[in-house]
Amino acid sequence: MSLQMHEHDGYSQLALDLLAKAKQSGATEADIIIAEGETFSVQVRLGTVDRLTKAREKHLGLRVFVGKRSASTATSDFSADSLSALAAETCTLAKAVVEDPVSGLPKADQMAAERTDLDLYDPTRLNTEQQIDLAKRVEAAAMSMDERVTNSEGGDFDSSAGRVVMANSHGFLGGYQSSSFSMSASPVATDPKTGAMQRDSWYDVQRKFSKLNSPEAVGLEAARRAVRKLGARKVATQRVPVVFDAEMAGSLMGNLCGAVSGYSLYKGVSFLAGQLGKSLAPDYVTVYDDGRIVGGLGSRPFDGEGLPTRKTTVVERGVLKSYLLDTYSGRKLGMPSTGNASRSVGENPSVGPTNFYLAPGTKTAQEIIATVKEGLYVTDLIGFGFNMVTGDYSRGASGFWIEGGELAYPVEEITIAGNFKEMFAGIEMVGSDIVFRGRITSPTVKIAEMMVAGS
Amino acid sequence: MGELVDLVSFGLTEGEVLSALGRVKVRDVDYADLYFESCVSESVSMEESLVKRATKSVSQGVGVRATVGEKTGFAYSDELTKKDLDLAADTARYIASSPSRGQAVPVPVRQRPTHDLYPVDRVQVEVATVDRVALLNAIDAEARRYDPRIKSVMASFNTEYKVVVVATSDGTLIGDVQPLSRLQVTCIAEEKGQRQSGSFGGGGRVGFEFYHEGDRHLRFAREAARQAILNLSAVDAPAGVMPVVLGGGWPGILLHEAIGHGLEADFNRKKTSAFSSLLGKRVASDVCTIVDDGTLPGRRGSLNMDDEGTPTGRTTLIENGILRAYITDKLNARLMGIPVTGNGRRESYQSVVLPRMTNTFMLAGTSNPEEIIRSVNRGLYAVSFGGGQVDITNGKFVFSASEAYLIEGGKVTRPVKGATLIGSGPEILTKVSMVGHDLKLDEGVGTCGKDGQSVPVGVGLPTIRIDEITVGGTQG
Repeated sequence: MSLQMHEHDGYSQLALDLLAKAKQSGATEADIIIAEGETFSVQVRLGTVDRLTKAREKHLGLRVFVGKRSASTATSDFSADSLSALAAETCTLAKAVVEDPVSGLPKADQMAAERTDLDLYDPTRLNTEQQIDLAKRVEAAAMSMDERVTNSEGGDFDSSAGRVVMANSHGFLGGYQSSSFSMSASPVATDPKTGAMQRDSWYDVQRKFSKLNSPEAVGLEAARRAVRKLGARKVATQRVPVVFDAEMAGSLMGNLCGAVSGYSLYKGVSFLAGQLGKSLAPDYVTVYDDGRIVGGLGSRPFDGEGLPTRKTTVVERGVLKSYLLDTYSGRKLGMPSTGNASRSVGENPSVGPTNFYLAPGTKTAQEIIATVKEGLYVTDLIGFGFNMVTGDYSRGASGFWIEGGELAYPVEEITIAGNFKEMFAGIEMVGSDIVFRGRITSPTVKIAEMMVAGS
Repeated sequence: MGELVDLVSFGLTEGEVLSALGRVKVRDVDYADLYFESCVSESVSMEESLVKRATKSVSQGVGVRATVGEKTGFAYSDELTKKDLDLAADTARYIASSPSRGQAVPVPVRQRPTHDLYPVDRVQVEVATVDRVALLNAIDAEARRYDPRIKSVMASFNTEYKVVVVATSDGTLIGDVQPLSRLQVTCIAEEKGQRQSGSFGGGGRVGFEFYHEGDRHLRFAREAARQAILNLSAVDAPAGVMPVVLGGGWPGILLHEAIGHGLEADFNRKKTSAFSSLLGKRVASDVCTIVDDGTLPGRRGSLNMDDEGTPTGRTTLIENGILRAYITDKLNARLMGIPVTGNGRRESYQSVVLPRMTNTFMLAGTSNPEEIIRSVNRGLYAVSFGGGQVDITNGKFVFSASEAYLIEGGKVTRPVKGATLIGSGPEILTKVSMVGHDLKLDEGVGTCGKDGQSVPVGVGLPTIRIDEITVGGTQG
């Protein structure tokens, strides 16, 4: 792969030199990842700059195999001396662990070869004043929406751009650039009668600056979300249908994503072990992981091992069709990689999603809510009450009580609980309202019944 | 006294650092600092009875910060040349919008921290990989020996060795060497097609010998195995409001979530915390006294100095139920006109300083733990927890039990499956009616996340009775 090689020349040579050094130190195979980027972030609070951060950073990760033994290291010092020492040290480290029969690079003929532009990079550079202005506007919009919006945790604008270069001892050399622009507002609303406060936030994030929502739209949505929580109360403990708004349904997809990771499966820590080919959900539930969406926040031309990314159908019409795998976890399970190696510099590859989403249905959120006589509409979840081994699920929730198909009043300090298998099988409706605002996404989802604990 | 750390290890002279400090401390800047950090992290991990992974990361850099009123300008660099230092200084002072001519800053006095909580000469930092491997192998064998139903054992051992130097515009040049390590064990038990997990771990700012003291590593293995086996017979957790007895130690995560975050000064200065304006008011029953103490030797949450060079201390947050103090860093203490408590912490040179907890715990009371359990007719006894989270503004917090039992007729009976507990921070401690005499600190596994930054913390709790809290089980 020689994508925009002129951009990577310096690091390409550095990577090739380091591969040679690793070989001299006894490595039989090796790969290298170099990540470099610059970030700018501004936070405005009550109209003035609260925090301004600017930085450039670079990291290099080296993984070596000495026969079937392997180790990974990382450094931010790219000097020749430091890298020579790193190569030697990594090989020493590898020799200290045991042989692992399935370890090793992917096969040479599987490496990403085609030249694809997934349109992940926007060269737009905003100056400091422009970014401060955008952060001010997103907060100002939130503050102006309603007089009950009395305070603010701030308005943020962040931009970052970077590139990744990867090389391995099969002769693979690839690279790509990416960028991201994001903004958010976190207003605080106060109940004029009780003085009780509620905070909420809203955001947008895009690879292209031009695709970003207007700061006014983002700010107004943040304020709307904060104000509507005022007057929240508890409800009695009961079993009811639960509608997850798109953001919270996304968190369920996050839980699913962890449970279909090859590492969770071969270690036996996923409740989905042995479920491949089985029906998990009704036939209107289809889940994809698609690394090839043009401009997608989780898209990339190749994964953390240099294998081409792809579109994987994880759940097809309710049936579990595929796990997400990298080379190692795939070999453990006797399956080929799905191109989902995720690599943070200095760590061994693990499995991560690209763009992981529940395929949208046909009903709007309002139409789904309208089908609920009495139930819960969840707009916030807190805590870590998901046990991936058993699928047991219990989290703190807030949102709205649904009465006669309409949102009646805000609720808080309650929990929702169930088992993920039953929840997934109990998906009654899937909304049409999918918006890609992260790597894991979902439209609104209605689950037939869960236990709500309150007063 | 702590270590005297030199700038030489960062390849810089005092003059160069002073010049960068002068460059950032322009007229309108109230305070500026440079934070130099080098960090070596290592890990080995075991699964399927094989120690097959080893990693090592080395990072080094500087964070440069200027504050003007409420504003903070911040830049960082992983290059430590004079040029990069000056560039970072120019970026950080951008917020000051005053003339770029720097000011003379007082020549800092080189200091060493007054505390010496984790003597580095005694902390064995260089441990051969083969010894780490042997540690994990012993854990695997012990967990499997505990019960044949233990089908898999995963363990990891992580160490971090951090050297920091802080140079401030108020005339301090101080450094610290901060070792940290943690051993974590997870077991999976299997019986009749059912699978359950158990986790246990511990550590601190300690040397490798800590894990062998009294065969601590083997105890961790047995604890993880015991929890996994226990969960095989767990029944569904109840749902609804009921009395809950929390065991000592790690259940102190209640304090961390329910009140700790809400007492961090930044939220209170901005008046976005449910605890804003409650100073001097009752927020807990009079049996509750809660402190944040960064000075406990060897503890995971302890520090000789915080990341602004302030010595850590012991702050009484709640005294007999009355809110006494907030947790502060320099910026928020100055803006609020309250004392600096030595809680200014940052994850790394790449992150800004925030007021953060160190070791947060409730002091022992007078009740007998057995008596506390006997006092409950129907409720929950929770002794181990996973993570927790809080919404600072409305005060609602959760924490998730991973080992809990039903209390029926004053007796601990059946184990129940994990469940999330939810409550309201400013109210929950007013419902604490009994505090045991058995204060325990946790084993040293806590990591606290705030604003995307993770820092190591500790918690502690005696056995306590909470008269009512909502338990998020599935059985109505």
